Amino acid sequence: MTLSNTPALIPLIFLGTAALIPIIASRKNWIAFPFSLLASLISVFISIYNILLVLQKGSVRYFFGGWAPPIGIEYVLDPFSAFIVLVINSIAFLVLIHSKRVVENEHPDRRTPYYAVVMLMLCGFNGIVLTGDFFNLYVFLEISSLALYGMIAIGEKKSPIAAFRYLIMGTIGASFYLLGTGFLFMATGSLNMADIKMILPNIYQEHTVIVGLILMVIGMAIKMAMFPLHGWLPDSYTYAPSSTAALVAPTGTKIGAYVIIRILFFIFGVSFVSKMLPLTQVLGWLAAIGIIYGSIMAIAQKEMKRMLAYSSIAQVGYIGLGIGLANPLGLIGAVLHVMNHALMKACLFLVAGNFRTKLGHSNINRFTDSIRKQMPWTTAAFAVASLSMVGLPPTVGFFSKWYLALGTIKNSNWIFLAVILISSLLNAVYFFRILEKIYLRPPDAEKDRTEKIKKSEAYPSMLVPTIILAIAILVIGLLNAFIVKGIIQKIIPGGMG
Amino acid sequence: MFDFFLGHYAYWFMFALMTLGLWGMIFKKNLVKKLIGMTIFQVSIIIFYIATSSKWGATVPVLDPAIGATDTSKYINPLPHTLMLTAIVVGVATIGVAFALVISIYKRYRTLDESILSEKLKKEDDTE
Repeated sequence: MTLSNTPALIPLIFLGTAALIPIIASRKNWIAFPFSLLASLISVFISIYNILLVLQKGSVRYFFGGWAPPIGIEYVLDPFSAFIVLVINSIAFLVLIHSKRVVENEHPDRRTPYYAVVMLMLCGFNGIVLTGDFFNLYVFLEISSLALYGMIAIGEKKSPIAAFRYLIMGTIGASFYLLGTGFLFMATGSLNMADIKMILPNIYQEHTVIVGLILMVIGMAIKMAMFPLHGWLPDSYTYAPSSTAALVAPTGTKIGAYVIIRILFFIFGVSFVSKMLPLTQVLGWLAAIGIIYGSIMAIAQKEMKRMLAYSSIAQVGYIGLGIGLANPLGLIGAVLHVMNHALMKACLFLVAGNFRTKLGHSNINRFTDSIRKQMPWTTAAFAVASLSMVGLPPTVGFFSKWYLALGTIKNSNWIFLAVILISSLLNAVYFFRILEKIYLRPPDAEKDRTEKIKKSEAYPSMLVPTIILAIAILVIGLLNAFIVKGIIQKIIPGGMG
Repeated sequence: MFDFFLGHYAYWFMFALMTLGLWGMIFKKNLVKKLIGMTIFQVSIIIFYIATSSKWGATVPVLDPAIGATDTSKYINPLPHTLMLTAIVVGVATIGVAFALVISIYKRYRTLDESILSEKLKKEDDTE
């Protein structure tokens, strides 16, 4: 393996697998799953190799077809993209293991097309993160979105409507991004990110640049489900099949966050987006409102998947808040929260999938204390993940909030600090509501004697990824200093803080 | 002021189309009309890109021996056109997926009206 082409390898593996699955698995349905799992495993290994390579040698650039930028398209592997790619691929691998039983349970006759679109979506996600070209990013954005609409529509009865609404919103977002790229192209005459970064300081004052930047950020904020633009998210997560929700919730919104961070801090630069334009301030305030709104809406939900969807809006708000702070600590918090929220949300959605497969529902009002006897490991994983969502040390959730809180203190922004604290309280309300139902009912001796609850845990292929994620929440929480020092501090771009 | 409007007429046209498309996507009740709005919206962006490539007194970007290859101001910029070929393909794919969804919605609910759909969805939620 030559060193310079590793950035291009991961999207190409997924693209190739997506094209091969319908051919290979047309007769034998079952092949689709192991084949896509293999592709995902290979990409995890390449991501680990990538991140070691980047830490040793600095960023790696790969020119497609040998055409050097700004004429050609380049893929850039720097600490930031390597980190996000590793997070996405590891989470996707674990969720894919879990998806085997869920897919067989929920839509067994559509396995082949399902795994083909999953591969396409992962190709799009990895491409968005790795590309160094604005228009190429748009193409990957549409690849992943179109695959996503299919993945959502494959679900239960209402899912096509949720997918259609998401398609309308998603197309508006992608079109806004495309329009913003057009404005930027008008002003700079280039589409290459590094090239535009060089040209921009001379033309900051031009209206085309400002309009282009704002259009791009709005488009990506729709993809990220930032507060006033979150309308598509609850329905699509609720009505999508459990495996889709588990795959998209941890990774999908983070891609939008990644692109916003990339555009704001790496291409336009901190001083432009926070001092010359009040853009990060606006993002921060919207995120703060979104955190409170998402948490309150989550308390009101009866369905666990829907509750998790609203909680996602709140959690994406934390990332937005970190972006809005526009200081190194805020950025560390935001990037750390991208990983932490991916771990926690994946774990929680896998738990919801286990409940739906074993109990046949995930309705919070129908949860009883018998669940903890029936599925002790799943409920234990749920408890760990919820404590992490609330932000108790030593789970991962505590540390990203810690860095965000330090960032607000550094900016002396006490309202944002209050928002973080209040939202932790609200998180506690909606997670302890479930924990209370499962764990804290006083023992009913009479009932225990008469009613023997048989232990029937989820299948091993579903249980193992859930437990791995729960353990990861604890272990990565303990190792967070190592990750922040080793990787995330290298991400912070020059000129910040 | 009048010159400003006249000089940018392509952009005003594109802006009007874009508003029309966005309005159709958000406020029309019929799902197919929403998709018509979406197409208008996407086409307006394509027109925008094409408009950015134009130059006064320039010709099509095919090598003309009479002009030569040295003076780029004599040719319009071909890059936006090629970008928009990709965008058109993306638009076709999107509209294809969207119509597949519309067909599947119609098969299940026998209506394409957003407000009737919402009522039916609510009824389903209540019976569950």
